[in-house]
Amino acid sequence: MEKKRVGVLSLQGSFAEHMRSVFRSGGIPVRVTDSVSLDCADALIIPGGESTTLRYLLTQEGLKHSLEHRVRKGMPVYGTCAGAIVLAKSIAGEKSFMPLMNISVERNAYGAQLDSFEKDLSVKGFPKPVHAVFIRAPRIHAGVGVEVLAHAGKDVVLAREKNMLVSTFHPELTADLRIHQLFMRLMD
Amino acid sequence: MSVSSFTLKSGLAQMLKGGVIMDVVNASQARVAERAGAVAVMALERVPADIRAAGGVARMAAPRKIKEIQRVVSIPVMAKARIGHFAEAQVLEALKVDFIDESEVLTPADEEFHIDKTRFAVPFVCGAVDLGQALRRIHEGAAMIRTKGEAGTGNVVEAVRHIRAIQSEFLLLKKMSAKQLSAAAEEMGVPLNSVKSVRETGRLPVVNFAAGGIATPADASLVMQLGVEGVFVGSGIFKSSHPLKTAHAIVEATHYFDRPERVMKASEHMEEPMRGLEMGSLPIRLAKRGF
Repeated sequence: MEKKRVGVLSLQGSFAEHMRSVFRSGGIPVRVTDSVSLDCADALIIPGGESTTLRYLLTQEGLKHSLEHRVRKGMPVYGTCAGAIVLAKSIAGEKSFMPLMNISVERNAYGAQLDSFEKDLSVKGFPKPVHAVFIRAPRIHAGVGVEVLAHAGKDVVLAREKNMLVSTFHPELTADLRIHQLFMRLMD
Repeated sequence: MSVSSFTLKSGLAQMLKGGVIMDVVNASQARVAERAGAVAVMALERVPADIRAAGGVARMAAPRKIKEIQRVVSIPVMAKARIGHFAEAQVLEALKVDFIDESEVLTPADEEFHIDKTRFAVPFVCGAVDLGQALRRIHEGAAMIRTKGEAGTGNVVEAVRHIRAIQSEFLLLKKMSAKQLSAAAEEMGVPLNSVKSVRETGRLPVVNFAAGGIATPADASLVMQLGVEGVFVGSGIFKSSHPLKTAHAIVEATHYFDRPERVMKASEHMEEPMRGLEMGSLPIRLAKRGF
């Protein structure tokens, strides 16, 4: 079987960790920094980082337009934390950026770094729990058509709509590859 | 307060990679920094260039100042505590800052001990001029390292020296025998295991940014090409003729450090950088503080 070429938006944030997880999951990580490199990828991961910085850079690079186009045409995309904010239909108190997925988000919803936490989650379809790392995480609310795959307490933390997957935690910071594998199955 | 796991502490540093952290002294500067694409701001009373000019004792910023900055930005807010001044750090933790910089830019409070950072839930970044300092700080619980450079000078030479010092020590470790390795660990005052793992990976176990003297887009590109994972810019932004333009330009150059045409464009977009200082003209070398 041909290896999957998974792009990782490599402007700012935890992109190196995502590339490592893609590689360990048997995919070919592709470093995406502009529209040309985006063309070389069959899917895209938008990493954790600072969403204000990511949004600023995506606009500067003209990448926003081609990315939006590709996702609308069905390219699988996975946003972690800041990446989820980038894809949300609405952002509390701010203008939405790339309103692709029917979720609304609250940035830094849990507070400061001191309120960051780790938690074991049960994920739909996974026999064993996932140890999840939440860092200055946003809170998401799923709209119509969005399938919720995991909760932490009452909060939705992993969700999917068609070709789009988002998590408010960081699977790239742990050695568990199951979330990346789940995403890569969207490419089949 | 429960001590949060090292994964959470170092994880926040991972999220900052590829970014620029900017020194700010008030809310309006913090807004400029966030608008320009900073990944975090460092709240302090005065930027290093002014600390240098003012002399006297430089301390942690006033809580009211830090709160004012926390109110206006959504990006992480860092603040500086004096070396060894764990009570200042406790105040900063109570303020819920996102990161504490135990910094040589402020006047040291303890000449023998750095802060025991394992006792805090908030992550720490610390300065280092060589591998020994970096590993000692990490052993004390630092979740991020920045090479010290020489703050407030607009002169990148010391930043380069410290980055290169750490890298040449990586190479030295690689060539060492087991016996030499334990001697090196003893000399650095760190456990043998941490030296061994550095030798294995050829890098520090935490995120490593550059600081101290970065004033232009090309400076940012230089240190990034030398291998650091992001930059701290102190006086370089708000001591330049047009802070917003400078901030934008340095953010651009940090993200596209390996694309000269982008660094060129970024350089075109800025006006006058801060005035720089020659190392020989300095009465106080901040990088010599700490041990």
